[in-house]
Amino acid sequence: MNIPPMQTRMPPRMNDRRLETIIGRLLQIGVLASAATVLAGGILYLVQSHSGHVEYRNFVPLDNSAPGNPDLLTLSGVVRSAIRFDSLGLIQFGLLLLIATPVARVALAAVGFALERDRLYTVVSLIVLVILAFSLIHAT
Amino acid sequence: MTALDFTGAVWILSFLAGFLGALTGLGGGVVVVPALTLALGVNIKYAIGASLVSVIATSSGAAAAYVREGYSNIRIGMFLEIATTLGAILGAFLAGRVGTHALAIIFGLVLIQAAIQSFMANKGNDQPVASDALANRLRLGSSYPVDGELQEYGVRNVPAGFGFMFGAGALSGLLGIGSGAVKVIAMDRVMRIPFKVSTTTSNFMIGVTAAASAGIYLSRGFIDPRVAMPVMLGVLAGALLGAKVLVHAQVRTLRAVFSIVILALAIEMIVNGITGRM
Repeated sequence: MNIPPMQTRMPPRMNDRRLETIIGRLLQIGVLASAATVLAGGILYLVQSHSGHVEYRNFVPLDNSAPGNPDLLTLSGVVRSAIRFDSLGLIQFGLLLLIATPVARVALAAVGFALERDRLYTVVSLIVLVILAFSLIHAT
Repeated sequence: MTALDFTGAVWILSFLAGFLGALTGLGGGVVVVPALTLALGVNIKYAIGASLVSVIATSSGAAAAYVREGYSNIRIGMFLEIATTLGAILGAFLAGRVGTHALAIIFGLVLIQAAIQSFMANKGNDQPVASDALANRLRLGSSYPVDGELQEYGVRNVPAGFGFMFGAGALSGLLGIGSGAVKVIAMDRVMRIPFKVSTTTSNFMIGVTAAASAGIYLSRGFIDPRVAMPVMLGVLAGALLGAKVLVHAQVRTLRAVFSIVILALAIEMIVNGITGRM
């Protein structure tokens, strides 16, 4: 990777472009993996309870505490139910994979900027990462 | 309604929303929420939870294609994401406190704005400007391909754009939409960034913004897997097909028709919110 001389006003175009291309590819793979997991969980769910009656007019948050109900509101609960092959747990795990793709994008950008020796934008990326982490910690 | 009927109906509606959203550039979220709430009687909190997830799917899924075109600016995107993610967290907290009726009314108002902006369908500014001092220090300026040649462009009014982006993030977190329209206004009109750079960078930012509210949505129970599953799969499939068709489509007429549909949905949502039927 070329290290830009300090005086260049324009950022080194090729390095940014390569960085973005790699990130774009990774995002696509993440989305595909997520969609496959959600689809698998969805098929399982429909096989098990296709004729059950559903109604979503009232907002009733899923009950975490009741025994036998999978915990679908926290990261660790979702992972546990997905490992048990609970259908809703699998779907929720797929959705978590999806939520992780933009987070991975920011983390990769931070690494990329660090490799370009771009201190300002390494810090900018890390700030965004901390803000994202705050939101996700909320779900643990 | 049985689970199978519901899943099928939601998938079809979401597919259409994703397809039209990609063709018109408005995104799937602004259509999927009214479709679920008005047509299937889904509570708006489940609808915006599912919509937020689908917003991430379309943004991340389209990222590689946008990068190939060489328009998006990762520095502008990353810098402004500080504002959008902070706004998104505020919006997601508010979504937990605001009642269902109020959410419906606010959503309707945002839809009206989106419909008007889409109807006006401006090409935006394509006259590049020179960067001001702050944008220079942040090295936000870059270049993008115009007719096969690299055109350099600068950036202005960074603080105002940053403020706009905070608002865009708050709307995204409050309503589970990408709020790409507001992001484009902030970059194109306020910061004077070329239109094509604005729209593609906005798409890149939408997923990160949505991820910032997703954790809060998850812990509040807004993301119900039985609703989010068909929405995410439907919108993603529709958006991918829409992006393929886009090159050949007559978009102008479609946009006009679509704006009127959105306007009708907006009015119905506001009326339902006021009369308390939603």
